Amino acid sequence: MQLQRLLEILEHEGPRPTEELATRLGCSTQEVEEALAEARRRGWLLRYSALINWEKLDVPRVFAFIEVEATPEHGTGFDHLADYIGRFEEVHSVYLMSGRADLTVVVQGTDFREIARFVAEKLAPTPGVKATATSFVLKTYKMEGELLTDQPGNSRLAVSP
Amino acid sequence: MSKRRNCMVNEQVAAMPPSGIRRFFDLVQEMEEVISLGVGEPDFPTPWKICDAAVDAMRHGRTSYTSNAGLLELREAIAEDLYRRYGVQYDPATEIMITAGVSEGMDVAMRVLLNRGDEVIVPQPCYVSYMPCVELAGGCAVPLQTSEQNEFKLLPDALSAAVTERTRALVIGYPNNPTGAVMSRADLLPIAKLADRHDLVVISDEIYAHLTYNGSHTCFASLPGMKERTLLLNGFSKAYAMTGWRLGYACGPAEVIEAMVRIHGYTALCSSIIAQFGALEALRNCEAEMRAMVQAYDERRRMFVKGLNDIGLPCFEPKGAFYAFPSIRSTGLASDEFARRLLFEEKVAVVPGTAFGASGEGFVRCTYATGMDQLKEALDRIARFLERLRH
Ligand SMILES: Cc1ncc(COP(=O)(O)O)c(C=O)c1O
Repeated sequence: MQLQRLLEILEHEGPRPTEELATRLGCSTQEVEEALAEARRRGWLLRYSALINWEKLDVPRVFAFIEVEATPEHGTGFDHLADYIGRFEEVHSVYLMSGRADLTVVVQGTDFREIARFVAEKLAPTPGVKATATSFVLKTYKMEGELLTDQPGNSRLAVSP
Repeated sequence: MSKRRNCMVNEQVAAMPPSGIRRFFDLVQEMEEVISLGVGEPDFPTPWKICDAAVDAMRHGRTSYTSNAGLLELREAIAEDLYRRYGVQYDPATEIMITAGVSEGMDVAMRVLLNRGDEVIVPQPCYVSYMPCVELAGGCAVPLQTSEQNEFKLLPDALSAAVTERTRALVIGYPNNPTGAVMSRADLLPIAKLADRHDLVVISDEIYAHLTYNGSHTCFASLPGMKERTLLLNGFSKAYAMTGWRLGYACGPAEVIEAMVRIHGYTALCSSIIAQFGALEALRNCEAEMRAMVQAYDERRRMFVKGLNDIGLPCFEPKGAFYAFPSIRSTGLASDEFARRLLFEEKVAVVPGTAFGASGEGFVRCTYATGMDQLKEALDRIARFLERLRH
């Protein structure tokens, strides 16, 4: 059972019928079911989700990357702070970073003002946060491995040797 | 006034039939919403690193001719690659040349190896160019039919029986287009022995070598004593999704390569330098990209072959390339009619097995280098077609 490949398929293609997965990987459906159950149980497989290109729709969505300088706590470093920040609905992801900033927080909102308010009223005043630097996303070219720029059509002939 | 011929085209060429694939292509061209399983090439674009290397070569003014044999750097990389994978050692300076794909390699090889009337044994079903290349070079192509019951392998007994006084060479192409058959080391050893006994040159088209599933490819030249009598043809088209780049290579005894380079020098001068830089990048840095494509073909292969068997088209397990070759005998239709009706009635394009030789009758070639969902839709349509045939 190629567990890593199984997870890669799910990551790129979303849920697939167990039968198909078993055939593709050359194992039994039971093995696939067991692997999936284990992946759930151990927290390797968190959820299935779709990748939507919101910029193509008229749905307002804004992202900002916020570099956060913070004061670490004795014994736990930035873990408590990161957990605290991560609990806000607006927060899309939180990373501990090498380099100048300590944390990078990705925030999602419906417009710039909403994000500005979140930073000013919630994030910046948080104890432990020393400084923030907010950069708004203006346009997305590639996300989650998917290129969003226009792709040329397939030029394959329908029949060839 | 000088006497006019009534035909401008050379008699031999005029008598040569167009490939069976070509005829079918013209039919498909006129239709819409066809799911095509008729394609002989990858559905992936060339890995971006390779494209970038080619653009970079152009940007740096590397747009000249190269030596007739091709960039030495590329020939060295090929030598290294062959040594690493199969343990065969070729001298990049004298035993390797770069060609415009296996296609050109096959043509030039025949012209160099054959004298008028020399016989060349060509196991079928096989790729469409082998027979015409032999004939155009003045040779006499002797088709040798293989069968499904022997997994479309070339059997030593059959080969022995086909050898005559005039036999000069044998063409093998495994993994095979159109059947997906492979030949293991154990399968090839007795063939090598016969090549030795009858002093045959073996032209081995190994373009699908990397597309070998559950097992590893055996390079014919790596068999004991075979390097001296093998002309190895390979290229970048399939494994690196570079069909349109037109780049391949030939490896063989220095004497043969020297003669091939002479012809190539007069007729092609050299292969595209831009494509050669792309190929260099492919060999140096694209193993992971290539492996990922092979993995995807393998998964589709399992899914598609099982699907064909499930809907009632028995299909022997293809172990290489990206083709399935199901038997359509149970339908009572000839290959050509099956393919034609499937196209018109369900808009799925497959290639009749007969395009690849007489023993292709009763089979059709389906390419699974196509998206998973397309394959599933094609299976549904074929199942519907079969259902209708049965009632
Ligand atoms: C068995 C075989 N040999 C050779 C070729 C041609 O390859 P190239 O693109 O290197 O000329 C093909 C293409 O379909 C093929 O299937």
